[in-house]
Amino acid sequence: MLARLTTFAIDGVDPRQVWVEVDIRPGLPAFTIVGLADAAVRESRDRIRSAIFNSGFEFPQTRITANLAPAFLRKVGPGFDAAIALALLAASRQLPPEALAAYAVFGELSLGGELRDSPGALAVAEGARRSGLARLIVPRERAREAAIVDGLQIAGVSSLRAAADVITGGELPPLPPAAHEPAPAPPRDPDLSDVRGHAAALLALQIAAAGGHNLLMEGPPGTGKTMLARRLPSILPAMTPAEAIEVTRIHSVAGVHAGGLHRARPFRAPHHSISPAGLVGGGAPPRPGEATLANHGVLFLDELSEFQRASLEALRQPLEDGSVTIVRGQHALVFPTRFMLVAATNPCPCGFAGVGDRCRCGEADLRRHQRRLSGPLLDRMDLLVNVARPTEDELRGPPAIDSETARERVARARARALVRLADTAARCNGEMDVRLVRRHVSLEAPAEHALARAYAFGTLSARGRLRALRVARTIADLEGRDPVTRDDLLRALSLRQRGDAEAAVA
Amino acid sequence: MSAAGSTARACDGCIARSWLLARLGGHLELARARIEPVLALGDDQLIAAVGGEQRASLVRELRRLETDQLRARSERAGLELICRCDPGYPPRLAALVRPPAVLHIAGTLERFLSLAAQNPVAIVGARRASPYGLEVARALGRGLASAGVTVLSGMALGIDAAAHAGALAAPGPTIAVLPGGAERPYPAAKRSLHARIRRAGTTVSELPPGSSVWRWTFPARNRIIAALSAMTVVVEAQARSGALLTAGFARALGRPVGAVPGRVTSPHASGPNGLLAAGAHVVRAPQDVLDILFGAGARLAPLDHRPALAPELRPLLAAIGDGHDTAAAVARAGLAPGDGLAALAALELAGYVRREAGGRYTALL
Repeated sequence: MLARLTTFAIDGVDPRQVWVEVDIRPGLPAFTIVGLADAAVRESRDRIRSAIFNSGFEFPQTRITANLAPAFLRKVGPGFDAAIALALLAASRQLPPEALAAYAVFGELSLGGELRDSPGALAVAEGARRSGLARLIVPRERAREAAIVDGLQIAGVSSLRAAADVITGGELPPLPPAAHEPAPAPPRDPDLSDVRGHAAALLALQIAAAGGHNLLMEGPPGTGKTMLARRLPSILPAMTPAEAIEVTRIHSVAGVHAGGLHRARPFRAPHHSISPAGLVGGGAPPRPGEATLANHGVLFLDELSEFQRASLEALRQPLEDGSVTIVRGQHALVFPTRFMLVAATNPCPCGFAGVGDRCRCGEADLRRHQRRLSGPLLDRMDLLVNVARPTEDELRGPPAIDSETARERVARARARALVRLADTAARCNGEMDVRLVRRHVSLEAPAEHALARAYAFGTLSARGRLRALRVARTIADLEGRDPVTRDDLLRALSLRQRGDAEAAVA
Repeated sequence: MSAAGSTARACDGCIARSWLLARLGGHLELARARIEPVLALGDDQLIAAVGGEQRASLVRELRRLETDQLRARSERAGLELICRCDPGYPPRLAALVRPPAVLHIAGTLERFLSLAAQNPVAIVGARRASPYGLEVARALGRGLASAGVTVLSGMALGIDAAAHAGALAAPGPTIAVLPGGAERPYPAAKRSLHARIRRAGTTVSELPPGSSVWRWTFPARNRIIAALSAMTVVVEAQARSGALLTAGFARALGRPVGAVPGRVTSPHASGPNGLLAAGAHVVRAPQDVLDILFGAGARLAPLDHRPALAPELRPLLAAIGDGHDTAAAVARAGLAPGDGLAALAALELAGYVRREAGGRYTALL
C-alpha cells in the first residue's frame, strides 16, 4: 500500500517541495529511507518508530520503504519526521490516505510522539502557498510564524496524535495566542534622541540612510561609533511587507528568530574574529551568513581594521551584486545580501590620532593601519565621518534630532530619488553608476566651480569625484532641492572617503 | 685617475677609504657614540682601532684593492663620484676635520655641485612627528624651495620626508643625504620619494653603492647634513633625537641653527624648545630662515597665493589652528553642523586646512 504526503526541504533560505512516499509491502520487517537523505534524516527511522508506538498507533511489522523525492535534492535535518510518520500511518491504513492530499507537514518528532519546534516554518509556509496546498501542519510554537503567509490554513499541533486528528477530522485547532503580544512594553529601539553632540555624524547617518550610502566612522575608542551605528535602522524607512517576510524567513531558517513578523530592520554586528563563511554564508549544509541576516538592514563592522583580510574580501560580491552565490558540489545556492554597510575604526593603531598629542604612533604604524583599511571595501563606501568625543556642553544640552523626524526627512529624500530613478536599475542615489550620475546630478555653477577646483587641486581622485557627486545629490534631496548647490557639494567633499585624495605626502 | 668615465672624479686613495668604511661596517658599531673623531682617523689607524682580530687581513685586502672595479660598480649603480681631492668638492664640507672621502651621488654630479654651492638649508626632525610638525616641515620645505633655497635632509620617516616632499611640491630641487648607499632608498617605505628626489634633485652618500645601514651610519650621515648646509632647522625632536645631533654638529661648525617653537608640554617640542633656550634662532615661517641666511628682508618668501578668506570662515580656521578637534572647532566657531562641514571643505579648497586620513582637519602654515 502506498501513501504520499508533501513536505519541504530548506535549501539555503528557500523552500523546495519534497514528496514523501511510503510503501508498505509484505516481507521481513525493515524500514529504509531513500532519496539523498543525510544522517539526521536516516536517524529519523528510530524516532518515527518510537513516536508511532508512543502515540498509540501501530508500527507495521513488514517491509517499509520511504522515499523522499526529488531524489537529486539533498535532504538535511530532522524536519521530515512528521511527514514520514504520517505517510506511514496512511500507508498502513491508520489514516485515510486520500485526506493527505490537501496537507503539507513540517516538523521533528520526539520519541514520545511530540511535534518539536524546528526552524524555517515561514519558508515552508511560503513554499506551501506557492505549491497551491490548502493546509499546513507545523509545530505549535511555529504556528504564528507560518500564519504570516496569507491564503494558507495553518494547523499548529504539539503531537503526532494531534496531527493525525487534524487529518482525519479535518478540523483545525485555533492558532495559539501570540505568546508575547501583550508583552511588557517592548524594549524601545535605540533612538537618535539619545545622542548628544556628534553633529557631523548625525548628518552623515541621515545622508547614509537617505541615499543608501555605505558609511565609515573613524574616531578614538569610546567616542560613540557603535552607539551611532545602532541607531541607523531607526531612521531607515519601514520595511515593506514583502521585505519583512523575507527577513523573517531568513532569520527563521537561521534559527535566530521565532514568533511573528520581524518588523524592525535587522542590525547585525558580527565580531571581528568572524570567518569568511560566517560573514557571507557557507558550511555544509550552507547556512546564511551575517551578510544575509543583515539583508534589508544594516551590517555593522566594528574595528574594521581587525577583520581578517579574507573576510573583508568575501564581502565584495555581496556588496556589488546584492546577493552571494555559494557552490557546493553540483549545487549553487543564492543568498540575498542587500544591506547597508556601516564600519567603524580607530584612526590609528593606538586610537588617539588627532586627540591633542596623545597619539604615540609613528608614520610606519599609520601606514600599516591605512594599508589594512584600504582595499576593495573602502571603494564601496561613499562616506567617511570623524567621530570625536562630545563636549561637556553638548552632553548637557538637548538632543539635536529624534529618529522619527529624521526618518521622515529620509523618507522624503528617498521618495525624491525614487521618482528620479524610476526607470533605472538603481533604487537609491548610492546605487547610481557613472551614467546615472551624469544624467541626474546637475550642479549649479558655483558648485561646478568648487568641484573643478577640488579635482584640479588633487583633493579628489576620479572615483572620489563620482562619490562626491552621488553624496551631494543625496544632500540636495534631503534639503528638498533639485539642483545641487555649492554648499551641498562642499558638505559632500568634507565627508569624502580617505582613498579619494591623491597621495598627499610621499 | 682611471678610465671609468668622466663621472668618477675620485682618486684611488679616496675610493679605497670609502670601501674601507663599508667593509668595516659592524666593526664601527662600538664607536657609534663618538663616530666623528673615529672617522677622522687615517686608514691604518682606523683599522688598528676597530679591526680587532681581522686587522691583518683588512690591511691585506686594502692593499690589493681593485679601485677600477669599484668605480665600475658605482657607474653600474648609476652613481657619480667626487672625492675630497677634487677642486670642485663642496667647500662647506671641507670644514669637517676629515670630510667624507668620496661623495656618491644619484641624480647628477653637476646638479649636486651647483645646488650645494648655493645656500642649502637642512630641515630635520623626529621620525615620530605630530601632524602639526609634519605640516610645518612641509610648509618650510615648500616655502624655502619657492624662494629658490635648496632643502636638504635625510629622507627619514616623519619630518625629513615631509620637508623633501614640501620642496618637491614647490616645485624645487632637494638633496637627501642617505645613511646607506645613495642608490638604495632608506627607509624602504620612501621608495617613491627616493625616485622623485633622484629625478628632481640628488641623493648623496659617503658609502659606496650597495652599502647597508648601520647604527653608526646615521650620526655619520648627520654630520654631512650639518656640514653641507648653510643653516640647520629642527622642526620637532624628542630629547634624544638624531636631529639634535645634527644641530650639535652645525653649531660646532659655527653654522646658524634654527628651531620651530612648540608647546612646552609636548614631548615632540622638547628638542627644538631646548635648542631655542640655548640660543637657536626662532623659526616660525620660511621668511625667518631667509632673514637669517640673507639678512632681514633681503630675500622674500613668495606671497601667499591663497584666495582671501571669507570673514565667516575665520573663526573656524582660528579654532582649527588652535588645535581643537574638528567637531569642537565647528562648535566653537558657532556654525550649524551642516554649515560647518561646508565651511571645512571651503577652507580646504582654499588651501587653509588639510584633511587628514581620519577625516580630521589641520591648519596649514
